[in-house]
Amino acid sequence: MKKTKFYSIHEKLGAKIVDFAGYQMPVQYSSIIAEHKVVRTSVGVFDVSHMGEIFIRGDRALDFVQHITVNDAAVLTNGRVQYSAMCYPDGGIVDDLLVYRINEKEFMLVVNASNKNKDFAWMKENNQFGVDIIDESDDYSLLAVQGPNSKNVVEKICDKQLDLEYYYFFFAKVAGIDMIVSRTGYTGELGYELYFKGGEAEAIKVWNALFEAGKDFDIQPVGLGARDSLRLEMGFCLYGNDIDQTTNTLEAGLGWITKLKKAEFIAKDVLLKAKEDGLKRKLIPMVSGEKAFPRHGYDLSVDGKIVGHITSGTVSPILDRAIALGYVDSQYCKEGNKINFVIRGKEIPAVITKLPFVKN
Amino acid sequence: MNIPENLKYTKDHEWVKVEGNIGTIGITDFAQGELGDIVYIDIAPDIAGITIGESFGTIEAVKTVSDMYAPVTGKVLELNTKLNDEPQLVNTDPYSSGWIIKVEIADLSQLDNLLNAAAYKAQLGQ
Repeated sequence: MKKTKFYSIHEKLGAKIVDFAGYQMPVQYSSIIAEHKVVRTSVGVFDVSHMGEIFIRGDRALDFVQHITVNDAAVLTNGRVQYSAMCYPDGGIVDDLLVYRINEKEFMLVVNASNKNKDFAWMKENNQFGVDIIDESDDYSLLAVQGPNSKNVVEKICDKQLDLEYYYFFFAKVAGIDMIVSRTGYTGELGYELYFKGGEAEAIKVWNALFEAGKDFDIQPVGLGARDSLRLEMGFCLYGNDIDQTTNTLEAGLGWITKLKKAEFIAKDVLLKAKEDGLKRKLIPMVSGEKAFPRHGYDLSVDGKIVGHITSGTVSPILDRAIALGYVDSQYCKEGNKINFVIRGKEIPAVITKLPFVKN
Repeated sequence: MNIPENLKYTKDHEWVKVEGNIGTIGITDFAQGELGDIVYIDIAPDIAGITIGESFGTIEAVKTVSDMYAPVTGKVLELNTKLNDEPQLVNTDPYSSGWIIKVEIADLSQLDNLLNAAAYKAQLGQ
């Protein structure tokens, strides 16, 4: 089991540690609900160093990215980020990822920790462009600073003014350390992700500087538990729950990143056909005011008939209502329609809603 | 880890406080810590009785759901309705205001098979 360079800090803070994607990661420090709320109201810091950073370098770097991802990376300029996905030829999703354009000949692809090795192999296998594909995941630490006060905190210790737009990044020094500062995140809040190299000393220096700068804002460490509930309130997909090799991007509601007009990419023809044929099922958001806790794998029913299954669910700490994402047969997907969570044999009434569950 | 001396325990981390033939039941400090934030206590509101070793309801925590097993057989006298609005009492005060169910114990000899505080502590490896 690997440890991130912040492990000794997590231990000292008394975090509950779980094995996740080959890493020992903090799932919570105090309470998932309290950590969730601090991100919505002020600012929290997540160690997400388990994520993968894979660099694509070479004259045809853009061609490679265009071939392997479904979004149109040609629209990116230097310093921009794009949410995208890689698909298998049958349309199943290899992974969802962030594409960073450093320059025309260099891209950074940020992938899910649990898929890192699979993704790296997939990229190598599909490299007919002569690019260098380098997994630098072990070199990079990654902290996500998220919440309405995140700018106030990061700006204090950054050598540049933090005038980044959403999904832009720049190179800067934070706490005196060179890093990529990216205005991205998985919470729906204003937030920054900090990618930097170095050992434990550098990691601890950045962590301590953030907590010193955030003292006045009640900055708190936040674990993977709240990361999951925060992303679900926004309806962001989680690989392994809501999307995987058996789902395609269109039925997952990721049509907006699937650029079927792009000249060529893996799975384009299959996805075009899926769209023409009409989707058989869709990933939809549901909400219930009942005392119920929808969870991954539970069935969904309409008039006593199973019409789908839940892929992610929780009780929203902000709404105090049960929220869920699930795949449902297309004929039952209409917003406003009634649907039931099937929880231990009981049908719990819910209604199909729209995203995000929590509006900012 | 808080393990009061005056209670009886199950291997499944429930506790019973015995007063005459009345048993008040909850989950242990260890159990609430493992579960994390508790959001619902799910017991049928019309539950009449519980049977030793059988599930009488579930606890929904943010990360997981867990059955609660009856430490004794008995007629249900009361449910802690305060938990409907404040389930987190089970986290913050598991042995007192976070109690879950109160029963009339059918057979007091069932208590002999429960663990005392020392034995429960030993089971936790403390």
